[in-house]
Amino acid sequence: MAENTVARRAQSDPPLVKAALILAAVAIMGFFVIVPLVNVFAQAFASGPRVYWQNLFGDADTLHSIKLTLMVAPVAVVLNLVFGIAAAWAIARFRFPGRAFLTAMIDLPFSVSPVVVGLFLVLLFGLQGYFGPWLRAHDVKIIFAYPGLVIATAFVTFPVVARELTPLMEAIGADEEVAAVSLGARGWQVFRLITLPNIKWGLLYGVILCNARAMGEFGAVAVVSGHIAGKTDTMPLRVEKLFQEYNMPGAFAVASVLAMLALVTLAVKTALEWKTRRDLAEAEQLQTEGVEA
Amino acid sequence: MSISVKRVTKSFGTFVALNDVSLEVPPGDLLALLGPSGSGKTTLLRIIAGLETADSGSVFYSDEDVTGAAARDRNVGFVFQHYALFRHLSVFENVAFGLRVRRHSRADVNRRVRELLRLVQLEGLEQANPSQLSGGQRQRVALARALAAEPKVLLLDEPFGALDAKVRQELRQWLRRLHDELHVTSVFVTHDHEEAFEVADRVVIMNAGRIEQAGTPEEIFERPANPFVIDFLGNVNVFHGHVQNGHARLGNLEVDYPDYPHEESRAATAFVRSHELEIVRTKNGRPSLEAKVMHINPARPVVKVRVYSEAFGVVLTVDVSWERYGELRLQVGDTVWLSPKQIRVFIQDHAI
Repeated sequence: MAENTVARRAQSDPPLVKAALILAAVAIMGFFVIVPLVNVFAQAFASGPRVYWQNLFGDADTLHSIKLTLMVAPVAVVLNLVFGIAAAWAIARFRFPGRAFLTAMIDLPFSVSPVVVGLFLVLLFGLQGYFGPWLRAHDVKIIFAYPGLVIATAFVTFPVVARELTPLMEAIGADEEVAAVSLGARGWQVFRLITLPNIKWGLLYGVILCNARAMGEFGAVAVVSGHIAGKTDTMPLRVEKLFQEYNMPGAFAVASVLAMLALVTLAVKTALEWKTRRDLAEAEQLQTEGVEA
Repeated sequence: MSISVKRVTKSFGTFVALNDVSLEVPPGDLLALLGPSGSGKTTLLRIIAGLETADSGSVFYSDEDVTGAAARDRNVGFVFQHYALFRHLSVFENVAFGLRVRRHSRADVNRRVRELLRLVQLEGLEQANPSQLSGGQRQRVALARALAAEPKVLLLDEPFGALDAKVRQELRQWLRRLHDELHVTSVFVTHDHEEAFEVADRVVIMNAGRIEQAGTPEEIFERPANPFVIDFLGNVNVFHGHVQNGHARLGNLEVDYPDYPHEESRAATAFVRSHELEIVRTKNGRPSLEAKVMHINPARPVVKVRVYSEAFGVVLTVDVSWERYGELRLQVGDTVWLSPKQIRVFIQDHAI
């Protein structure tokens, strides 16, 4: 008994330290996350739901920014879905020269400031950029237009899906895919019937996360958009513009929509994390249990 | 459908997995590829299946050269070491997979899957998930899945490796009966010689990317081709000595060795299996050596006696029948005489 207590004391910190640490964490979370979040909604609804509604859907420019975001984000997500699966497949299934380099490059958009990405795109596609004269000659507008927004958003959210899928596919392994091939399945059949069902929760998780980041993207989009109200303003840009115009209820109304998106993302993400973990545990169990049984 | 492997070589980087290997599997045979890990047996199996490509050499099914054919076009049934069952599919769908991707009709799939599940004795588990099955059941699902599309060739990679001893024993006999029923040309990989000898018609022993010996279990057991084979089969005592003038001299033990009539003395290794050593209480005139009893293990069909020979400085294992054990009344510490009933001598140059 006595030994047991001693052992327990040696392994755990004094209750006072424990309480202090927990309190500190909760306080920081509350001060920096919960209070501002509640405040966004409080400010947005300060003048009642009618005004809130009016702020969101009564203003043509705000309404356009919501529509534009809903047009930009899904396209960027689809682009990254395709890229993410291709990259994860290549890294998890093949050994090739430059594999480590590719893995590092995928993370680049996360480590570089989005503003730099925006400037880089201007340098490429702007009027004075490398492709500028050619684009103008062919009457293609990228910078200060919809394609620029999509490219900037897609670039910044590039790593999300690939980073989610690569470790998952590595953990699941290629055994089932090889088995499917030996049973006569073609490449596409292997992907559709075996790979996709195995990674579907991880994939959905990546898509949700990617979508959240795409809708909230500010820095890179701010540079390439040109801030043309009713034309190239996305929701985050609209929030900033309303804020600059001292239209606080309007700014907070749009911000509350983005905050809601964040909350939904968080909920779905938590549920999917749980499912992905279960998939991984099952994969591990199937691989090792036979040996022990 | 026979399988011929002709002069296949395969390297992974600097590691030579297969070095100029040729192999014939007659139609309807059940053949075991036996060897230690790293001997190339699994690589050879995967090359036969088309899951791996050879650097050089060719693979034939009957007269058809399939060297360049993709695995999916070879119509082989492959049972993976850890089964690789599709974990998101039911037992039924796992078995049906090979038929569905080949676009068999629904009725055909239903009929064939039920037939196979009956064959592997898994009726009633159609809707179960792989995670709900025991190791032995998973193994049988893997086998049914491999057999579904009526493959020309059945290949099994360590089919019993992941099972416990008792289930393994049952499945071995069951696999043999299944093969006798289906007569599909089969090759399986194993590192367990008892398993290979019990199940297979023919055994191929591999080591370091080469075939050491091929033959029936009896041929291999009775006439091991070289020191590696006899050593790998186990239960054997090793002596070092010399050959000269038609005799082999192993310490103070001398036996006839007419294969080497030359005058020049050559180093040689001799092997005596534990059941080929006889224990006697007193020297009986035949070539024999003195030893001291160290340990007795009577928990076997034969009594395993470990003795120490001072002349050779080695511990030897001797199998003694229960009858003989009763007569000898052996005790630990007793001094006894060992006389070999059979000695296999290999001149060292031939050794690996």
